[in-house]
Amino acid sequence: MTDVKDRLDTPAPPSEPPSLGLVGWLRWSWRQLTSMRTALVLLFLLALGAVPGSLIPQIPVDPIKVSDFYEANPSLAEWYDKFGLFDVYKSVWFSAIYLLLFISLIGCVVPRLGVYLKALRARPPKPPRNLNRLPGHQRFETDASEAEVLAAATKELRKRRFRTESYDGAVGAERGYLREAGNLLFHFSLILTLIGIAWGSLFGYRGTVLVVVGNGFSNSVAQYDDFTPGRAFTPDDLPPFSLTVNSFKATFETEGPQRGAARSFDAGITYQVSPESPEKSYDLQVNHPLSVDGTQVHLLGHGYAPKVTVRDGQGQIAFSGPAPFLPQDANFSSFGVIKAPDARPAQLGFEGFFLPTAVIDQRGPISVFPDALNPALVMTAYYGRPSAEEGKPQSVYQLDKTKLTQFDDGKGDKLRFQLAPGQSITLPDGRGSISFDSYEQWVKLQVSHTPGLNLALAGILLAILGLMGSLFIHPRRTWVRVRTEDGRTVVEVAGLDRGPERGLGDEIDAISTVLKPSRSVKKAEQA
Amino acid sequence: MNSATLASVSNLLVPTATVIYALALLAHTVEWSSGLRVAKPAEKKVLVAADGSEISEPEDVAVSLRSEAASRIGVLLTVLAFAMHAGGVLTRGLAAGRVPWGNMYEFAITASLAVGAVYLFLLKRQRLQWLGLGVTFVLAATLGIAVLALYVPAADLLPALHSYWLVIHVSAAAIAGGGFTVGGLASILYLIKSRAERREADGKPMSAALRRVPTAAAMDGVAYKVHAFAFPLWTFGVLVAGPIWAYYAWGRAWGWDPKEVWSLVTWVVYAAYLHARATAGWRGRRAAWVAIGGWVVFLFNFIGVNLLLSGFHAYSGL
Ligand code: HEM
Repeated sequence: MTDVKDRLDTPAPPSEPPSLGLVGWLRWSWRQLTSMRTALVLLFLLALGAVPGSLIPQIPVDPIKVSDFYEANPSLAEWYDKFGLFDVYKSVWFSAIYLLLFISLIGCVVPRLGVYLKALRARPPKPPRNLNRLPGHQRFETDASEAEVLAAATKELRKRRFRTESYDGAVGAERGYLREAGNLLFHFSLILTLIGIAWGSLFGYRGTVLVVVGNGFSNSVAQYDDFTPGRAFTPDDLPPFSLTVNSFKATFETEGPQRGAARSFDAGITYQVSPESPEKSYDLQVNHPLSVDGTQVHLLGHGYAPKVTVRDGQGQIAFSGPAPFLPQDANFSSFGVIKAPDARPAQLGFEGFFLPTAVIDQRGPISVFPDALNPALVMTAYYGRPSAEEGKPQSVYQLDKTKLTQFDDGKGDKLRFQLAPGQSITLPDGRGSISFDSYEQWVKLQVSHTPGLNLALAGILLAILGLMGSLFIHPRRTWVRVRTEDGRTVVEVAGLDRGPERGLGDEIDAISTVLKPSRSVKKAEQA
Repeated sequence: MNSATLASVSNLLVPTATVIYALALLAHTVEWSSGLRVAKPAEKKVLVAADGSEISEPEDVAVSLRSEAASRIGVLLTVLAFAMHAGGVLTRGLAAGRVPWGNMYEFAITASLAVGAVYLFLLKRQRLQWLGLGVTFVLAATLGIAVLALYVPAADLLPALHSYWLVIHVSAAAIAGGGFTVGGLASILYLIKSRAERREADGKPMSAALRRVPTAAAMDGVAYKVHAFAFPLWTFGVLVAGPIWAYYAWGRAWGWDPKEVWSLVTWVVYAAYLHARATAGWRGRRAAWVAIGGWVVFLFNFIGVNLLLSGFHAYSGL
């Protein structure tokens, strides 16, 4: 049998390179690359290559873990870094595997498409000489004429959705052409998906921003805390929307073993598609992103921002407002700093924790519940000589303590204080005071645009469709041959399945039953 | 019924189902062991039983009848246990007022329900009794571990899990997983049977227990069919529904989270399995090994990743 599958199934390409010079060598390499065996090996390599990325911390997933790893094992980390193991999925070797796989894929399916198109037009083949060697072979006699039997056979086979072809004294039939179409669709759709993914990573972008409730955000690169553009992205691609976060509410499980587990997050926002357009409101929740102008806004996280007022030694307000603190654990013990570089005569800095539900245990003050039931601010304070603005960007979550001195409490210990909302403390030596006025919440928003996503999705859906065709359609060939012996018509029916046999015998039986002498004859025989 | 009653009904049904699965496992063990005792030289003359399996004449007949009875009892017990298991999962879901896969305990009872469902669904169509031993082992073990080690009381879900895409994603993955499990077990038995067939061809005797079960070729066919059913479902579950849900919940469709990585690895290994079946020199035993490898990777993804690797796919309560 020569059909598409067999052609491709046939012997693996010769494994010895030919001595035919460059062209021969190139052709040999190409054939090696596009063979099933190579595809199999590359699939295994892809599976194997994906694994380290789940075991070793990855820069795009968790950069902090990567730097922790560097600190813990500096020499190993260097080796890992050499092999791109901290960013496996963008590493040269991982890319090489999947690029080879996709070249192999294209090299494999494009020629197959040609073969398939030809096979589509091909007629069902002639019956082989010895039908009785085929599975499900049946032979019987009838009084109907050869022509009658062949006509009835053709009709029956067509009814069973076979494509038929008449030969001299025989009918050839074939069914299941769509299997190969499904297989091709599957492999081509994988290419489509890859194009979609590549498109998204070239032209898309993703940024995150932390917005304290009551504040706004307008979409420009400078406003983001963190921004990852695709290679082909330009800032003009950012749609000019803006939004304001008006409220945020989180609820938590209050009893049982899951006490403290989050139950809902809900941010009330208003937004404008562009400065001129009307304001609309939206209820932003997890699993319920806002879509503006082709851009998605997701609610990624939340936290607390204590509102404090810092007065300096001269009684002037040196800092006032909410300062976002970053949650460190499931009960939202949040770490943060407050900087008052303009305080005089000494500049001031504070560092410590916001505890939404504070209790004191042996280790000191901790938070025991994520909701703000008993908020407290636990801090320590620093002072230093006023320093000129250096213009160097500094993290708002870290205090540069190199030029600062920690206050002490006059008894030889470092100064530490705990404040409830409304309380304040005066710093030693008339250097100023800090008051904890109240607290606000903040939300972390992600703004992203991934243009190829729909293409990738369509690709996978088509791939599944093709896959089902390729897995569930079973090509079958069937032949009916007639011959006249001693005045009676001898009919032979036989078939052949490609791939695992599925009920071939039953179908040959059924076809034979239709062609066999009619029931009245049988009854006569029985009588 | 209020949710506390439902929860206690569930807490009654699931352990009972575990015990009955264990009894079914016992019955299937008897089925196999009574056949193993008589390892006679292969006989030329064979009878064909109603279900197409071969029975040699005549000494084996008594043993074979005993095996047959044990097998039937095993299947009956499995059906009974499955009904209680399904009831247990259902009441658990009703008690929590949501889909029953919010934590490892629920996940274990639901995923094993999928294994039982795939097995029982194929039992009649594919004459799958010969897989009873493996399937009841997996079910009894999974439920046993769930009840003894993973149990947490019913509670509500984390906000990220409130999405119907999650329902689609997890049910597709769990049913595909049921298929992979049945397919993996069939591949294991295929390897055992095909080894016995090769040895028999060399004149070594085949045990009666192995003679009772279908030919290696038939097992291979079943393994392929189950994988062919599970693979598209897995593709849909982890490469369509999963990313769509992740996109809504976390703002990215794919983030190389350990669970995502291992789902992809599982997918690639099964793609390799389907390729192996079409590659000269890889059909048959090597392809079966690839299928078993796929199952191991799948199991690691379902269990190991949750316990060993941190990531977004952490379940509340464990
Ligand atoms: C990302 C890479 C690939 C994936 C995920 C993949 C997946 C699959 C799957 C799932 C099947 C099963 C369909 C069936 O049984 O009919 C299949 C079949 C097939 N694949 Fe691939 N494939 C990939 C790459 C390739 C490459 C590179 C080649 C060429 C060398 C190739 C050639 C084939 C052929 C010829 C079949 C049909 C086998 C048959 O007729 O039974 N595939 N592929």
